[in-house]
Parts: sequence; C-alpha cells; structure tokens
Amino acid sequence: MSAADTDVQKSPGHDAESVRGAGALLQAWRLLRRDQLGMFGLVLVVLMVGSAIFADLIVPYEPSQILVGPRMGPPSWEHWLGTDHLGRDLLSRVVKGGQVAFMVALASLGAALTFGILLGLLAGFGPQWLDNVFLLLFDGVRAFPVIIFGLATVTLMGPSLWTVVFVVAVTSIPIYARIVRTQTQALKNNEFIVAERAMGAGTGRILGVHVLPNVVGPLLILASMDVPLVITTEAGLSFLGMGVRPPTPSWGTLLNDGYNYIRNSPWPVIAGGIPIVITTLGFTFLGEALRDIFDPKLRKDL
Amino acid sequence: MATRDDTAPLLDVRNLSLDFGSPRGRVHALRDVSLTVPKGRIVGVVGESGCGKSTLASTVIRLLAANADVTAGEIEFEGRDLLRLSEAEMRQLRGRRMSMVFQDPMTALNPVRSIEAQMLDIQYREPGSAEDKRRRAIEMLDKVGIPDPANRLEAYPHQFSGGMRQRICIAMALLVEPALLLADEPTTALDATLEVQIVHLLQRLQQDVGCSIVFVSHHLGTIAELCDDVVVMYAGEVVESGPVRDIFRNPGHPYTQALLACDPGRIREKTRQLPTIPGEVPDLRRVPSGCIFKARCSERHDRCDREAPESHRLESAVAGGEHRAKCHLREPGRSRAAAEVPS
Repeated sequence: MSAADTDVQKSPGHDAESVRGAGALLQAWRLLRRDQLGMFGLVLVVLMVGSAIFADLIVPYEPSQILVGPRMGPPSWEHWLGTDHLGRDLLSRVVKGGQVAFMVALASLGAALTFGILLGLLAGFGPQWLDNVFLLLFDGVRAFPVIIFGLATVTLMGPSLWTVVFVVAVTSIPIYARIVRTQTQALKNNEFIVAERAMGAGTGRILGVHVLPNVVGPLLILASMDVPLVITTEAGLSFLGMGVRPPTPSWGTLLNDGYNYIRNSPWPVIAGGIPIVITTLGFTFLGEALRDIFDPKLRKDL
Repeated sequence: MATRDDTAPLLDVRNLSLDFGSPRGRVHALRDVSLTVPKGRIVGVVGESGCGKSTLASTVIRLLAANADVTAGEIEFEGRDLLRLSEAEMRQLRGRRMSMVFQDPMTALNPVRSIEAQMLDIQYREPGSAEDKRRRAIEMLDKVGIPDPANRLEAYPHQFSGGMRQRICIAMALLVEPALLLADEPTTALDATLEVQIVHLLQRLQQDVGCSIVFVSHHLGTIAELCDDVVVMYAGEVVESGPVRDIFRNPGHPYTQALLACDPGRIREKTRQLPTIPGEVPDLRRVPSGCIFKARCSERHDRCDREAPESHRLESAVAGGEHRAKCHLREPGRSRAAAEVPS
C-alpha cells in the first residue's frame, strides 16, 4: 500500500501496546501523576476513604463513649480535634462519621447509576412514547427540591440511614438517566450503530456492547464528582435531625450538635465541617482530572 | 441456495415504491424502482444527491428510518421476498448473507472498542473458537492491506487514518463472506487517491469472495472503473440501466447524457466554468405528471408533460446486455433514435 495510506496517528506514550487493558490504566495513571491538582485530590480522597475503611482501627477513643475529660474542649494532645458538649472525642466521631458518609455515597450512587443507566437506555432506545413517559417522570422528580423531598420521605418512612440512601438515589436517578438517554439518542443514529445492525446485531447486543461502553465512562466520572454532593445531602438531612440517629456519629449530626453550642465553643462545628470540605475538594479535583484524562478532547498533550 | 438455478439473479428488486412520512406531506422517495443484481456481478447505482440511491440500499437490507413506508414492490433475495421477512429472519440474513459498507469510515466504527473486539464480535454466529475468529480477522485485515495486522488488531479506530478505517470496514463486511455486499458511497468521504485504491481493493476482494456488490456512488469515474452494470437514478426513479459500456458510450437518457457532460474528468476544453444541469430536482411530495426529468431536460417536448415515458429497450454493445432508458425519444420507431432496436 502507498505511504500515504499507511500512516497511523501516533503520539508520544500512545503506542499500540499502552492502549489495551492494563496498559490503558497505567497510562491514565501516568497522565494523572502529571496533574498536580488531580494528585492532590487523589491524596485527599485516599485519606478520607482510607480513614473511613479503617475507622475502627484508628479511632483513639470509642466514638460514643462519654469521657470524663473536658467538655467542648479545644484541640489538645489527648483530643486532636477537641471534645463535644458531652465530652466525646471529636476526632473519633469525625473518623467514624466518614463511614456513614461513604456508605451512603456508595449505596445511593450505586443504586442511582444502576437504575439511571437502565432507565436512560430504555428511554433513549425505546419508542417515542416510552421516552416521553420517562421524561415526564424524570422531570417530575427533579422538580422537587432535594431537601423538601427528603423531609417528606423521612416523615413517611422514619429517619434512618437507608431513608437517606433512598432519598439521594431517587433524586439522582433522573440526572443520570437523562444523561444516558441523551447519549443513547445521539449514539443510536450514529453510523457505527447502523453498521452493527447491518451486520445482524440485535437490540440487546447493541445496547450492552456498543452503547453502554460509550456512555459509562463519562457517567462514572460524573458520579465521582457527585460524591461530595451526596455527602452534603446526608450531612444536611442529619443536620436537620432527619438522617442518621444518635448516637451514631455523622458529619451532619456533628455540625448539628456543635451548632447548638457555637457560642460556647467553635470546635465541634469546625470538626464537623473540615471533613466535608476536604472530601468535596478531593473528589472535585480528582473528578476533574479524570475527566480531562478520559476525554481526549480536553487532553492537553494530544 | 446451491439447489437454485444458477442463472437466477441474486437480488431482484421489482417495482419498488417507497414513501417517507413527513409533517408536510408524504415524500415519494422511490417510485417503481427495479434493479437486478446477478451472481458475482458489481452493479453501480448512480445519481445526484437525494435521488434515492442510498434509500434503495437501505431498503434492501431493511435498515430504514421509522417514517419510511414501502408502498409497492418486491425485493427478492436468494428466492425470498425480503419485504415479507420478519425482523428476526432479517437479522439472520444481515451479517451473514448480506452486509454493508457505509459512507463515512470515521463514524462507522465504535470509537471505544478495539478493532479486535469489533471484528470478533461480528463473527458471533460463526462456528469456531475465539482463536479461529482472531486468525480469520487477521487474515482479512491482511487482505485489505493493513500492514502488520496481528499487532494492529489491538488498536482502536482513532489510531487509524480514514482510508485505513474504510479498509477495516470493508474487511469487517466481507469477513462473514456475504453473498451480497451493499456499498453505500464507500469512497465519497475519501480523497481521490484513496478512492482508486478502495475501488481496486473492492474489485480484488469481489473476485476473492465471489460475492455480488451493489455500489452506490455519485462519482461516474468510480462507477465506470468498478461496475459491470449501472443503474442511473433521478428523483426516485430509475431513468436508465444497462451494462457499463452502454451507459458510458451510448447513453440513452438525456439525464445520463447531461451527467456525463458534467463529469470534470470528461471535459476536454479548458474552461473556468464547469457545466451544470440547470434547474432543480422536483419536490417529491407532489410528483409532477409526465416525465420526471422534464423541467431540466434540454430535449423536452409537449409529450413529456402529458405522459410518463415507458422504459424502452435500446441496442446494447454487450452480448446479452439489457440497456433500457425511460425517455419518449427512445421509443422504437422514432426518427431520432437510429441506433435503436425494437424491444
């Protein structure tokens, strides 16, 4: 074949080998390492998630244990973040509260992604009337402010961790489903989908093998950027006394407890606020870095 | 299919009419279209944009938009009327007995899956292990001229140039050894040098696989180079059909003559202005009475307004060739038509 036709687009560090399987991940890692803000985000995320996973090993005190030491004490060597109005160790409660936060995030985002993808594919690929019905549902749910919907649900179902998960999942499903739907609609008339049908592929095969991989990447990145949103929703509901029941610590209840005594001591509120800020920053930085890496159009080195 | 008469055409489209529903009325996109594709031949479908040539190809493989509505006709393929098959039966044919190559190679491959994944994927109904299928894919990539196919198999579509991608698309379409390959303007999105390469590639592979090809194009040069028979379409009708030699040497329809006159490759004199066919394609929501080409025809006379011309048989320079044109001027016995024979 002529030279003109055998040219293959190559870029440094992007040869055939590095693209497949583990190579792709390795390359993503290399790109991430060059992104300072992304790395910073990753460190924060690892710190917060790690402390939540190993909470039981690293807490210096039992989180619900009422100590005989000072109440609402400032940070000290014994209590790094101080103590709350009952004399409980705030660091222990913050670390333990992370477990609640990430459990809620994982469960609700997992459920929202699963149902969002499913409904989105159906709406995007199905007949027009189905699309209209789903859109009506999605927009109906989205019309409720999250907190109002949360309060109503909590009133009906009673406050618990799973109510929070349910509220967050239900309010997030339409967001993901709409994205998947739009992507699916854009893809379904794409020539490669028509080409697949011309090769005899059925609907299931087209959706599962061809549409899904095109949709799922951006969605996962979006979900990672939504983690702080979910955590603040949980904190918000807990702050209002509608989430996690005491004595289980959560960042929201920490804020709520501290808020009542803010004239006496700022430390409980600070202790409850810091992890929310760190987690939000971490996931946002990391999510943006990942988006840049996996979306070739935003990549600077290509 | 081996038991069937070998002289029977592989694909026989008879009197096909198709409408597209639109908010402003029905568009009669194909009217009384007939097309015969013998076994092992390459049939070109030529015409300007919007004449229905791609619609014809999509109708054969039944991948039409939801608003399309076949109102009349038959599409006989290997003895079966495709229009009567269920969707499941149709799927059995697609990717086994017939396959398709599309216009734009940049969008015809899934961007997030490797060539290997896609090429193994389309063989999902074929027997053999994954290793066999992989080997077949490599073989086919080699045939279409992808250098170092064993290694390139792992690459993704964006790592190939347009010409290479079209080769891959062709490899995929022929991997299943179909009886019929529908090529919907496969060279339109490529530049001229690649166009020639792809045409030669198709020619070679057609002999290799022994399939028939329906080659849709608006490029006369490619058609002349590649095809055995040609069908000229205008505004949803077949205006002329016949062996490629007849069409190019002795065009019978004024539209074909005008098309040939506009082909830059055939212009001998230096000119700043390329010839065009004046006028516009008629609105197919209200198909005019009489001849479809009358508004732009240089040889229009009052009969063209009154009655639609029949398809008249013309003399063919090819033995056994059937050369037909849909024009009153080609009616047997007319003084102008000295070269004609009675049909």
